[in-house]
Amino acid sequence: MAKDLPKDLKDIPTEVIETDLLIVGGGNAGCFAAIEAKKLNPNLRVTIMEKAHISRSGATAAGMDAINTYIPEGKTPEDLVRWSRSQVGGGPIREDLALSNAQNLNEAVEDLEEWGLPILRDEEGNAQYRGGWDVSIHGEQLKPIMAEKAMAMGAEVYNRIAATSLLMDGDRCVGAMGFGVRDGKFYIFRAKAVIVSTGGACGLYKSYTSDATSSHHQTWMSPFNVGTGYAMGIRQGAEMTSLEQRWVATRTKDFCGPVDTISVGYKSSITNARGERILQERYAHLGGDKAPRYIRANAPMEEWLAGRGPTYADTTHMTPEEVKDMKTDYLNERPAFVLFLAARGQDITKDPIEIYGSDPYVVGGHTQSGYWVDIERMTTVSALFAAGETAGGNPNKFVGGCAAEGKLATRGAVKYMATVTLPELDTQQVEREKERIFAPLLRGPEFDGVSQTEMEERMQRLMDEYAGGTSQFYRTNEERLDYALKHLKMLRDQTKFLYAKDLHDLMNAHEVIDRLDVAEVLVHHLKFRKETRWQGWQTRSDYPDTDPKFDCFVESRRNKETGEIEMFTRPYEQIVPGDRYQP
Amino acid sequence: MPPRVDREKCDGCKAEEEPLCAQICPGDLMVLGENKKAYCRAARDCWDCMSCTKVCPVGAIETRAPYQLGYHVAKLIPMMGTNTITWTCIDINGKVERFRYKNRTT
Ligand SMILES: Cc1cc2nc3c(=O)[nH]c(=O)nc-3n(C[C@H](O)[C@H](O)[C@H](O)COP(=O)(O)OP(=O)(O)OC[C@H]3O[C@@H](n4cnc5c(N)ncnc54)[C@H](O)[C@@H]3O)c2cc1C
Ligand code: SF4
Ligand code: SF4
Repeated sequence: MAKDLPKDLKDIPTEVIETDLLIVGGGNAGCFAAIEAKKLNPNLRVTIMEKAHISRSGATAAGMDAINTYIPEGKTPEDLVRWSRSQVGGGPIREDLALSNAQNLNEAVEDLEEWGLPILRDEEGNAQYRGGWDVSIHGEQLKPIMAEKAMAMGAEVYNRIAATSLLMDGDRCVGAMGFGVRDGKFYIFRAKAVIVSTGGACGLYKSYTSDATSSHHQTWMSPFNVGTGYAMGIRQGAEMTSLEQRWVATRTKDFCGPVDTISVGYKSSITNARGERILQERYAHLGGDKAPRYIRANAPMEEWLAGRGPTYADTTHMTPEEVKDMKTDYLNERPAFVLFLAARGQDITKDPIEIYGSDPYVVGGHTQSGYWVDIERMTTVSALFAAGETAGGNPNKFVGGCAAEGKLATRGAVKYMATVTLPELDTQQVEREKERIFAPLLRGPEFDGVSQTEMEERMQRLMDEYAGGTSQFYRTNEERLDYALKHLKMLRDQTKFLYAKDLHDLMNAHEVIDRLDVAEVLVHHLKFRKETRWQGWQTRSDYPDTDPKFDCFVESRRNKETGEIEMFTRPYEQIVPGDRYQP
Repeated sequence: MPPRVDREKCDGCKAEEEPLCAQICPGDLMVLGENKKAYCRAARDCWDCMSCTKVCPVGAIETRAPYQLGYHVAKLIPMMGTNTITWTCIDINGKVERFRYKNRTT
């Protein structure tokens, strides 16, 4: 393969594709966005730029065993918003966004069922709920189902094209650029409106299993979602919200798999080394089993810290039928967990499943970190829309909410598009980007530089130890954050030493560059919130209490001239009445 | 949990423009070697989503738990049918479990 690599920028072909709506990232939200666009107007040119292959890409690549948000009969979208708000300790959340998502998500789930997704139902045909809002599915084919529908509707899919930057006309987004991971070409997509739906950012932090094993990517979130969608916006001065509200979750230990499957699905208690039911016995005052999500997520790690680990999801009460059902759930979602149990030779009715904290992620479909968007899902960059994990302000979206938001972003984008035409292509801008993209590939065989793996590992350990990773039980302080910023800057300066041996390497090199940009903004957010509001997700050991002053959104914007990250706040607005802390 | 390719079984997806495992891997990890057999280029980077294992038409790919996480040797083998999937799991003590269910309604 190496023999075909270009030696000079001039040897690299450029493809220009013109479209109406460009969707960057054909995942859960991206597929729904494309389908909605074709539904609204079959003549619209809809193009998906996808880094992997749309049939098995993103968070849902291996499948899903539940749709976490589907409003049951007798409950309302407002009820879902109340629940979501209470899960993040009363917010603040963007209730306008949450409400519009909630109003649209049932329809999205029903679409999925119509397209062939098996939703488990009882004899009367009622969806089988495993908790208050989540329905059980046999979702092994979830991603292929969404992808096939998007293609059948006529969306044009470009697989194996990694987006690297937005195409701009002044302050307006008019497309995106990237490169072909297979064909090595430079791609320019010109569009009247762009939806960015590249998922969240995994791999900013070190995963605790990444030490010299074949399990560097033993992460819960897809390690191939690295936050490029955020990074592209950050570089254009887009406003980001709530990045400090990281998603840290209780996960199965050593194999970082979902735990809701066991704890919600099979009512397993979380226990510690002494056999105490942690939530009931230690967190009763905060709601026990029903405590906000960050408290439940953080509880096992606090047990370890206090010397009461290991921690477990107690499966010893389960019947053989339940064990079989539970394993079936995992086979639909994280099949290799079943292999992991087999490789431990573990009978879970005798030995409970061990649990631990995950590495931290930026995922706006779980917590609310991401782009600040308006109700149409337009970001602060005009013509640029965001959906799913990429859009912030509105936590607890999951499959249904990400799908709904894909639709909403399309509706906003289509409305917007009616008012604009495409400007001339800015050749200087695209030449600059082409040079930036391919630089690591063109450094020549003698170049003495840094591999993306080396840089990624340096960044991940830095973030882990200084910006509140798993090894530090998620705690950080002002001095550590300053240290992190200093070294992130040094790393950024050193990206000029990154070299790539092939196109796969080149993709990885850009992944580390993008992660550095997201990590820097994240650290600024952690620094700004001088309080502890969501232990685990955001723990400041130097400011251990909540401070009413920070009952607001923390926002950031990179100044395009100076490169400085500017921090500010936005007020919280309660729209859905009721006690903020109660579901 | 990196995939291991059985060199006897893998035919390099001769009939395809690009091997199916290489087409599908979300991490761009599966490649065809000089010997026309597929391999995983970076075991450390695999997310063990098993997409390659499911898509291989000749069942040449086995997903393995890294030893650092699980003991030698367990197997989990998916078989894709029309609208169904069948999994066979064999643990390190030789215990076999089978799972078969509908993964699609249409
Ligand atoms: C293991 C696991 C279990 C889960 N379980 C459940 C559950 O049971 N129920 C539930 O409701 N939710 C669950 N979730 C959450 C749910 O899957 C996600 O919230 C949702 O699918 C995210 O959708 P998205 O469209 O925002 O991102 P994704 O579906 O991840 O899509 C992002 C897309 O962008 C592409 N992309 C990334 N970078 C680029 C780039 N530079 N250029 C081009 N394309 C790019 C990716 O390849 C991908 O296709 C789970 C998530 C995980 C990881
Ligand atoms: S899909 Fe199977 S047969 Fe085809 S190249 Fe990959 S391992 Fe070989
Ligand atoms: S298991 Fe998934 S991530 Fe790993 S090589 Fe196969 S397709 Fe790629």
